[in-house]
Amino acid sequence: MSESRLRIALAWIGLRLLRRLRPRRRAQEPPAPRRAEPPDALARETPSTPRAELLVAALLLVGALAAAAFVVLYVVRPDTQLLGLCLGGALVICGIAAAFAGKRVVPQETASEPYEQLADERKVDDVGAIVREAGEGVSRRGMLAAAAGLAGATIGAAAVVPVASLGPAVGDRITATPWRRGRRLVDSEGRPLRPEQITEGTVVLAFPEAADRNTLDAPVMLLRFAPEELEMSAARRAAAPGGVIAYSRICTHASCAVSMYRHPLHPATAPEPALVCPCHFSTFDPRRGGAVLFGPAGRPLPQLPLQVNAAGELVAAGGFIGQVGPSYAGERETEA
Amino acid sequence: MRLVPRPDPVRDPVRFVDQRLGAGSLLRSTLRYVFPDHWSFMLGEIALYAFVMLVATGVFLSLNYVPSDETVTYTGSYAPLQGRTMGAQYESVLRIVFDLPAGNLLRQTHHWAANVFVVAIALHLARICLTGAFRRPRELNYLVGVTMLALALVEGFLGYSLIDDLLSGMGLAIAYSVAGSIPFVGGDLAILFWGGEYPGSSAIWPRMEILHVLLIPVAIGGLLTVHLVQVIRQHHTQFPGGPRGERAVVGTPLWAAYALRSIGLFLIVAGLLLLLGGLVQINPIWLWGPYETALSTNGAQPDWYLGWLIGALRLMPPLEVRFGDYVAVPNPFWGGALYPLVVFGILYLWPWIDKRRWGDRARHETLDRPRDNPRRTASFAALATWVFVILFAGSVDRFAFRTLISYEAQIWFLRGAAIAGPVVAYLVTRRLCEELRARERHPLRGWSGEVVRARDDGGWAAQPEEAPTDEAAGEAAPPR
Repeated sequence: MSESRLRIALAWIGLRLLRRLRPRRRAQEPPAPRRAEPPDALARETPSTPRAELLVAALLLVGALAAAAFVVLYVVRPDTQLLGLCLGGALVICGIAAAFAGKRVVPQETASEPYEQLADERKVDDVGAIVREAGEGVSRRGMLAAAAGLAGATIGAAAVVPVASLGPAVGDRITATPWRRGRRLVDSEGRPLRPEQITEGTVVLAFPEAADRNTLDAPVMLLRFAPEELEMSAARRAAAPGGVIAYSRICTHASCAVSMYRHPLHPATAPEPALVCPCHFSTFDPRRGGAVLFGPAGRPLPQLPLQVNAAGELVAAGGFIGQVGPSYAGERETEA
Repeated sequence: MRLVPRPDPVRDPVRFVDQRLGAGSLLRSTLRYVFPDHWSFMLGEIALYAFVMLVATGVFLSLNYVPSDETVTYTGSYAPLQGRTMGAQYESVLRIVFDLPAGNLLRQTHHWAANVFVVAIALHLARICLTGAFRRPRELNYLVGVTMLALALVEGFLGYSLIDDLLSGMGLAIAYSVAGSIPFVGGDLAILFWGGEYPGSSAIWPRMEILHVLLIPVAIGGLLTVHLVQVIRQHHTQFPGGPRGERAVVGTPLWAAYALRSIGLFLIVAGLLLLLGGLVQINPIWLWGPYETALSTNGAQPDWYLGWLIGALRLMPPLEVRFGDYVAVPNPFWGGALYPLVVFGILYLWPWIDKRRWGDRARHETLDRPRDNPRRTASFAALATWVFVILFAGSVDRFAFRTLISYEAQIWFLRGAAIAGPVVAYLVTRRLCEELRARERHPLRGWSGEVVRARDDGGWAAQPEEAPTDEAAGEAAPPR
């Protein structure tokens, strides 16, 4: 009983929808109202066909379904791919519908509009005259202008000066590093490092014990070479006990971490060992005091002098040889 | 007899506004505003719509972002980072990605929209420069446009720097070094903005956020308004031909055809950005991990629109200016600051350079085709070549990795190419334009061959060409 009623209702709704789909007969349409000013169109045509209108309606319907699916998915299963597909698809399909309607449904017109004559010499003259009129009867114009200019400049300076409170007082830059004579080198877990842990062909990252690690001057790299391989001054070689040598981790070009190590596996053909920064490929020679081999860095990588303490652990023998981090314009560089 | 007039859904609201603001004539002229038709005029529109998407997605992101480097322990749903200590800003972005429904969709759409925004502006700029649209009376609007491009680059950089993942930290370190390298003021400037030596104080995070979500977007929005108001005041330029000339602009009126097409373009741009955001992964920050000064990764690349700066930093030989122990110009200045200043300087002066070269100060409403002015087109090609050779240098490590051509050799080649490339591009483009102009043929359009037929005696003979009609001259189809 109720099923047949439902069927009747559905049939009725279907019929109504079908009637909507049928194009309205144009004869019944009232004529479009006339404009007070006649249109400036050069050409005008009305391209609409029932098929085009149906297509636009169908596209909008599909778009609406996809948008509705987005809402459902957001609640039920917010998966990035599906959400993007639904919302993006809905907008693209509706966009195609709108563009198609703009081309094939609404009247197509070619119109013309004159470019405005922007310049008007009489108005320029008028403005000049009006501005100059303000000076009528004023005798000391130069003095007034100078005083106003001075006031403006000083107020401007007063407005700019508070910028300085953004940072530490200019010139207060911290040049001190956490490295002191006797400070132990620890690995990323905080365990002290011993020279025998440093093997040839690898790089070990180390930090100063009990200090902030996330600064430019804290991290260093440890490498091992045969002592006779190190081509550097006696003082620098003495700072590399047993061929274990430490360099700052931070590139002297643009502050990136120098994280790549080129270790020759076939010394006959491969290039020499080098520390390479992945940002701009500044290449440093670890056997010659961190000298620049290639790339844009203008200074060698600073070396950290090392010692071995009584417990057989690696410790710093002092501060860096050379300035850590990038060069600053206007800085006085400490001698290497 | 009707006492109450029949309600009219169109005229009644218009009357309401007109009676209060006198806006009737403005509405009328707006609806009849004429847009000339050419595909290249859509590029600026695409940039506008990408900006709308950036604002829409950016609002969502900014409401969930935490501009603080306070150390927190990650407890969200991404297993590989659980228990790891990190800054609150990085943690908040991980939350957007993994724990907010549609969060990653909107973040990736935002990132894609930024890339498309700059592409569209760059192509729009190329169109303007190649067709002479910057000439009087549109010089001011050109300056506004170039300024928006510069702001867009800074805005994009700040956007991906806010996250504090490994890549963004490396980018900030470079930015810090470039700022510090500016002669005389650099060192103090960098320390001032970062609130101390890199990585700086906690103050840097809210500073960058305010710049990224308020100051620069408002500046771009304001300039955008000025840009559009000037366009409406001066009207669009158009290519000459037919009824299109210096006196009147010819095209499609806003209502209804153009409005529907433009709405369609907006929806398609927005939809494609969402499809990219949903389906094509971009900047997977959860894979990079949080930044520490001691860490960096191989194969690091910025977004494409900053590749030219990385390239310039990489190509520069190790030159620094020192007087004794006084460092006057550190190396990052050349590639990171001077080079973009020169490129933008040329762009800003472009209309005036053009005026000087041709002595042409007249008002122009119609455009040149690129071939109509071979030397202007060639100059722009040279500038573009300079920028794009250097942009390529920003990714040669990836190229070296794939091709096994040594990195050093490629850098030496590109150092040469950055100097010789623009000269070659200038000469080739000029010749190409002159030839095209002489022959009046479109390189990509139409038929330009000859039809040959078998002769009765076994040979081949060229079919005599029919005299082209006016309509067919440009786009003739191959005869059957």
